Amino acid sequence: MIEFRGVTKQFPDGTLAVKDFSLVLPSRKTTVLVGSSGSGKTTLLRMINRMVDPSSGYIEIDGEDTSHLEPVALRRRIGYVMQNSGLLPHLKVIDNVATVPVLNGVAKKQARADALHLLDTVGLDRTLADRYPSQLSGGQQQRVGVARGLAADPNILLMDEPFGAVDPIVRAELQTELIRLQRELDKTVVFVTHDIDEAFLLGDQVVILEKGGRIAQVGSPAEILAAPANEFVATFIGADKGKRALSIRNTPTGDILVDSEGRPAGVLVGETDVVAR
Amino acid sequence: MTWLLNNGELIGQLVVAHLLISLPPIILSFVISVPIGWVANRYRWSRGTLLTVLGLLYAIPSLPLFIILPLVLGTGLRDSINLVVALTLYGIALMVRTTADGLASVDPGIRQSATAVGFSERSQFFRVDLPLAGPVLLAGIRVVAVSTISLTTVGAVIGVDSLGALFTDGFQRGIAAEILTGIVLTIIIALSVDGLLVLLGRVLMPWVAVNSGRVARRELRRARGPVTA
Amino acid sequence: MNLFVQGILWVLNPAHYGGVDGIDTRVGQHLLISLGVLVVASIIAIPLGYVIGHTGRGRSLAIGASGAIRALPTLGLLIIIALIVNVGLLAPFIALVVLAIPSILAGAYSGFEAVDRRAIDAARAVGMTEFQIVGRVEIPLGLPLLIGGLRTASLQVIATATLADYVGGGGLGHFIFAGVKTNDYPQMLAGSIIVILLAILSEVLFSSVQRLVIPAGVTAGRPQDVRVKSPRSRTALG
Repeated sequence: MIEFRGVTKQFPDGTLAVKDFSLVLPSRKTTVLVGSSGSGKTTLLRMINRMVDPSSGYIEIDGEDTSHLEPVALRRRIGYVMQNSGLLPHLKVIDNVATVPVLNGVAKKQARADALHLLDTVGLDRTLADRYPSQLSGGQQQRVGVARGLAADPNILLMDEPFGAVDPIVRAELQTELIRLQRELDKTVVFVTHDIDEAFLLGDQVVILEKGGRIAQVGSPAEILAAPANEFVATFIGADKGKRALSIRNTPTGDILVDSEGRPAGVLVGETDVVAR
Repeated sequence: MTWLLNNGELIGQLVVAHLLISLPPIILSFVISVPIGWVANRYRWSRGTLLTVLGLLYAIPSLPLFIILPLVLGTGLRDSINLVVALTLYGIALMVRTTADGLASVDPGIRQSATAVGFSERSQFFRVDLPLAGPVLLAGIRVVAVSTISLTTVGAVIGVDSLGALFTDGFQRGIAAEILTGIVLTIIIALSVDGLLVLLGRVLMPWVAVNSGRVARRELRRARGPVTA
Repeated sequence: MNLFVQGILWVLNPAHYGGVDGIDTRVGQHLLISLGVLVVASIIAIPLGYVIGHTGRGRSLAIGASGAIRALPTLGLLIIIALIVNVGLLAPFIALVVLAIPSILAGAYSGFEAVDRRAIDAARAVGMTEFQIVGRVEIPLGLPLLIGGLRTASLQVIATATLADYVGGGGLGHFIFAGVKTNDYPQMLAGSIIVILLAILSEVLFSSVQRLVIPAGVTAGRPQDVRVKSPRSRTALG
């Protein structure tokens, strides 16, 4: 369990990125921090592994105040996946994945063998092991990034807009893959994105952030969709534009769902207790 | 100090001699390099060849070049023409690369839109490419200017008069003030010419005045420094 | 051109080898001076450049100082030092170290600066210590630019070491200055030709090293770029 307790972060240039932020991130669940730029979501994420230290307040991991932990040791037991993969260009795929275990003192041979298994886990062909990052596609690089994040078998996986830079088709693929992984591995995942659809797709708990890290609403995707806490949330999730306000229309060929502008959005299947209007 | 006051006339003559040797190469290398740089950038095949040849030229140390050039030019060893030619060659070696890089750095989108609105190839070069490569060219010519002015002094060891003569003469007669005068004056001339070039750049390229410093610094780092002696 | 042939014959003449003023002796001195200068300048400039490159502090100071040194006439510096510390090797040695430092310094810090910030950020995020980031990420990725700086410095030093003998420091300048004094053109040419050969040798040597140290992953998989073909454009300078 990760717990933020009254965390504030003011950068040296005076920017107040996060103000008095408190939140519990349950273990073995995916928590998605979602907000537009300037919402402090990346700062929040980077405070968990002490890439950024809070100006005041503190963060606990399983009841332990992280400010008492050595940052480097802390980072080695937390997986981190970032946008554009952040792979080291001069290391082969296999050595990129093995980076953290090697830093932790695992023998290189063993670390490489483990890394090969991780390539399987993230759905990469083993033949890619000896390639350099620049020889991979964007999607493949992100998978390597995820494999590296998992290499030290961390309980916590931090993901900073990991799929932000790949095209929509690959992104959808990676998202599905992450859902599968999470089912298998059961990690505590903290995921940052500005894409609300991605947040709803991946999150067990979704945190919608306003400027300065103020929490607009916390809840499951269903709770947020069903009852947006305020105008901001409604706008952010697109409820106001009617994109999410679907209604049933009877057509000669059957009932379909349409959005508020009358564009077809889907069909009704199975039993429903919704009364068609 | 007394030495300085007693030798004003000599110093004046040497400053003039120094400028007569160092200014022509700065101007000539710019004028000659722009068309060569254009060719180097325009045709793929020419870039490698031209830059390799110029790279080799640049690798030739100056003092040996001062000695070999008279054979090629049919001049005397102590003729200042040798220095002018040698320094121009170094300037070209540096400026052609800078010009090619500068032209290559022009946003292809801008070039295409220039073609689209109807610039001829010729007018596009003078009105679009060259001005946009301007900050890079300025950075390059500043390096050329400063190193040319500094290198000019080396000619003194084979008897070509410039401020460098104050070094050799001061050494033989053991007058530190004379040598220091030479060093300080060389630096002052170098910084003055550099300052003039910056001013010229501001006048000719008012649109880059804000960030030219950044571009210039980046280019300075990429450009090669002077090969001395 | 007849004189030029005489210059080459002067180089080939066995009578000009052996002894204090033999070509072999002077080439040895020239190379030793140059090597010594490069080593001393590297010991000063590389750690300093790495600190500047890693921390990002002191960069504008380094650029300013490098620019000032560019304007400083090396001949004048060498002679004024010789006047203070007396004739011999020390004055040219100091002057050459001053000359060599900016290129090596720029090579060192610009090599670090050229490393993708995101790679460094990621290295820190996965738990590398600052020393590990320097040693495993920044140094290997910055090596080509450092070698580029050393290449420039080596060329400058070999060229300028010719002036060392003007203040009695030895090296190949001897043939040039002796030739100028006695109007012995072939001897001057001989000295010039050998210095040029050494300079070209240095270029060839460093350009091959530069190619060798480019980490495989950096060039792999990219479409051949014109700039990559010419290692010179990767050369850093200050």
